[in-house]
Amino acid sequence: MEWNWDHAFAVLPQLADGLVVTIQATIVASLLAYVLGLGIAILKMSKSKFTRISLYWVTEFVRRTPILVQLYVVFYVLPDFGIFLEAFTCGVIVLGIHFSTYTSEVFRAGIDNVPKGQWEAAKSLNYSPVQTWKNVILPQAIPPMIPPLANYLITMFKETPLLAAITVVELFRAADQYSNSHYTYLEPMTLVGIFFLIVSIPSAMLAMKLEKKFKQAKTA
Amino acid sequence: MNEVLNFYPILIKGTITTIQLTVLGAILALVISFIVGLARISKFKSVRVIAIIYLEFFRGSSALVQMFFIYFVLPMWGIYFDALTAGVVACGLNVGAYGSEVVRGAILAVGKEQHEASQALNYSVFKKYRYVIIPQAIPIMIPTFGNLLIELLKLTAVASLITISDLTFMAQIIRVQTALTLEPFLLILVIYFVIASILVKMVDLIAKKFNKGRNIMTAGDK
Repeated sequence: MEWNWDHAFAVLPQLADGLVVTIQATIVASLLAYVLGLGIAILKMSKSKFTRISLYWVTEFVRRTPILVQLYVVFYVLPDFGIFLEAFTCGVIVLGIHFSTYTSEVFRAGIDNVPKGQWEAAKSLNYSPVQTWKNVILPQAIPPMIPPLANYLITMFKETPLLAAITVVELFRAADQYSNSHYTYLEPMTLVGIFFLIVSIPSAMLAMKLEKKFKQAKTA
Repeated sequence: MNEVLNFYPILIKGTITTIQLTVLGAILALVISFIVGLARISKFKSVRVIAIIYLEFFRGSSALVQMFFIYFVLPMWGIYFDALTAGVVACGLNVGAYGSEVVRGAILAVGKEQHEASQALNYSVFKKYRYVIIPQAIPIMIPTFGNLLIELLKLTAVASLITISDLTFMAQIIRVQTALTLEPFLLILVIYFVIASILVKMVDLIAKKFNKGRNIMTAGDK
């Protein structure tokens, strides 16, 4: 099978459109994952044992089951209950929820790393819980979390092709559609792979730089 | 629900296929992890470069794309895999890339004095790694390998998209045949969860076994 440049050039515009959808999905899903993850992390520190244990099992259930099946559940089951969502919305919600269980661990570790004295200081200043979190804990906890959170952003980017299974025309499905109508897998699939590498390798290098930067800031 | 349970033969078949994919994929991933992880710390630059290219390639592109490439593109060059083999190879190569970082990290975490001790005993490089470094690195690897094993199990669901009849594929068949949606998918989610939980417990037991007799220095403090 020879590489055919005509196919390669013909599929490029569709891939570019797909890449835009892929990046949109990644950004929206990651925002959801960060917000939900922070919420889960704070709730997991709750005083109520019931909340902690039930939350533990819910997040473990999400973590130990495949994203693809979760996508099918939301995509096929919600319409039965009269909830009609666009495929893109479904995909973003599932990706966001799935990875919020991962980011919550990052947030929890970051919060645990804030010294106990800071909590006591906030208490002695008579801060309310909201003030404590907003002014004392989070500003100290967030910087060391940035590199692992950036890594999850890259992981989510690489998981977006799964949205193709629920009919979202992102990068991968754009290539698949072209392959199916022109009977050639070589060029579209190779180009998709290259597109992923072009985005994810520089991002991974950037994440590594961030890691170094925050490590230095800590020792300095 | 009863309607779905009537399909139990194909559900059992799907479960077996999923377990097969997971076990075979894990074995391949483990072998690759060690080969690539050790290659990363090789003395020869060319070996290190090849290992890095492999790592970046499989970590940088998506698993689904790799699976389609292996199943649909390689046959055009005369490399044929049946669907199950393609699934195992794709899962193994993908998770193996992540695993190689675990192996490398764990080996680098073994103290410098262990290298010096091996040198003092006049061990060859092979003997040093075989008897001194790797046995101490393995307990460090086990928890992260456990996480990767769960990721591998979840990855096998993606293999249903290249026509492998695993659990996810069977759930789709049941959905099409019964027009039920909630029940088949909920059922397989539970099956995946049970398999994953068993794997987590197994890894915990292995970790305990490897940690037995270690940390002699701290054991006395208790």
